[in-house]
Amino acid sequence: MIGIVDYGAGNIFSVKHALDYLGMENMLTDDPAMLRKADAVILPGVGAFPAAMRMLTQKGLVSAVQEAAKQKPLLGICLGMQMLLEKSYEFEECAGLGLIPGTVEPLDAPGLIIPHMGWNKLEMGVDCPLLHGLGERPYVYFVHSFAAKCAEKDLAAWVTYGSKVPAMVYNGSYVFGAQFHPEKSGEVGLQILRNFGGLV
Amino acid sequence: MLAKRIIPCLDVRDGKVVKGVNFEGIREVGDPVACAAEYNRQGADEIVFYDITASHEGRGVILDVVRETAKQVFVPLTVGGGIKTVDDIRETLRAGADKVSVNSQAVQNPQLIRDGADIFGSQCICVGIDAKKTKAGNWTVFINGGRIDMELDLLDWVKQIEQLGAGEICLNSIDTDGVKGGFDLPMLKAVVDAVRIPVIASGGAGKLGDFAEAFEKTDCSAALAASLFHFHELTVDEVKADCRSKGIIVR
Repeated sequence: MIGIVDYGAGNIFSVKHALDYLGMENMLTDDPAMLRKADAVILPGVGAFPAAMRMLTQKGLVSAVQEAAKQKPLLGICLGMQMLLEKSYEFEECAGLGLIPGTVEPLDAPGLIIPHMGWNKLEMGVDCPLLHGLGERPYVYFVHSFAAKCAEKDLAAWVTYGSKVPAMVYNGSYVFGAQFHPEKSGEVGLQILRNFGGLV
Repeated sequence: MLAKRIIPCLDVRDGKVVKGVNFEGIREVGDPVACAAEYNRQGADEIVFYDITASHEGRGVILDVVRETAKQVFVPLTVGGGIKTVDDIRETLRAGADKVSVNSQAVQNPQLIRDGADIFGSQCICVGIDAKKTKAGNWTVFINGGRIDMELDLLDWVKQIEQLGAGEICLNSIDTDGVKGGFDLPMLKAVVDAVRIPVIASGGAGKLGDFAEAFEKTDCSAALAASLFHFHELTVDEVKADCRSKGIIVR
């Protein structure tokens, strides 16, 4: 059972639809106790960092997600990925979950359209089980204006958009974060979710 | 590098796919959910549903179409047509759309763009425009499916749209729509050069090379077509193969 954290932000139904389509058992929940019972956790998110962290805190979900990160596969998606880092500078300085060392800063893409929106091709970094079997053209779908800054050792994939933009972070054990939307990235995205399901 | 997007559009009326020629004499065929799934299989980068139903009942039908499609098609979905209020935007996004496209209503009530962008984010708000060349040589914006000339200068309008927080523009040329002679490149280039938000070329694609030509001659981000794909004259993967062979980056 994969617990999808429902803290009131973003289009979480598309994540659920994708898991349903793949036949992966899942539930939407804002209950920390249910997340503790889940075999894996997905932290989705669209919107602004401080508001999302506030909602996670108010619902008592911060420690449940941090505990999950030590014991079972955790996948942050888009804003959910950014929240895995230590802090963000979106609107105001705001602490994140601190599961991946690094910060979240405005995209460094002078002269380019912001948000970075559309399909971009993954370049692979450190080996990551979620990125296996993606085929020759691993294009995935992005929509974001802020981006992670993290160490190379935690960088499983990046794309080029003005600069090198982290696309997938991975701490080498249970914590995964996708800046893109696997649930909107066609067959490549479904394969990433299948790989995640395979870890459960 | 960000890929150029190829976007099939499904014009839907009362839950069925149709496609008009110059907005007149609409022909009808097809189940929109099945069409969307087929386009996904062909490699569509995004799928647009354009609801040309005027009635209130039709609204519920298009939301059902989106809901059903969102369960089996995992690329971004955009819904246009009939979106008049912030509540319409919310309802459409909740049904599973990733973006909405506002057109006539945005011209009549530009605040809808700002409110939509503030509440749901700029990336959700695409502004659709139908425009036509004037005798004076500029272009003006039309509403109600190309029937009413608002005598609003196109380039003034696109700059205003950008300032209001729109995330994207879908630019349809009434002069080339349905004619199949290629996109309206002068109009497209003028708009792309006037704004910094992505512009989708629409109206006029008639053959394979028309898509690559739009990407080679302008900095548009995407190209959209309806009847060409709908009547199987071309497939999305054929268009992409042609673009790729010409050095254009596509997924």
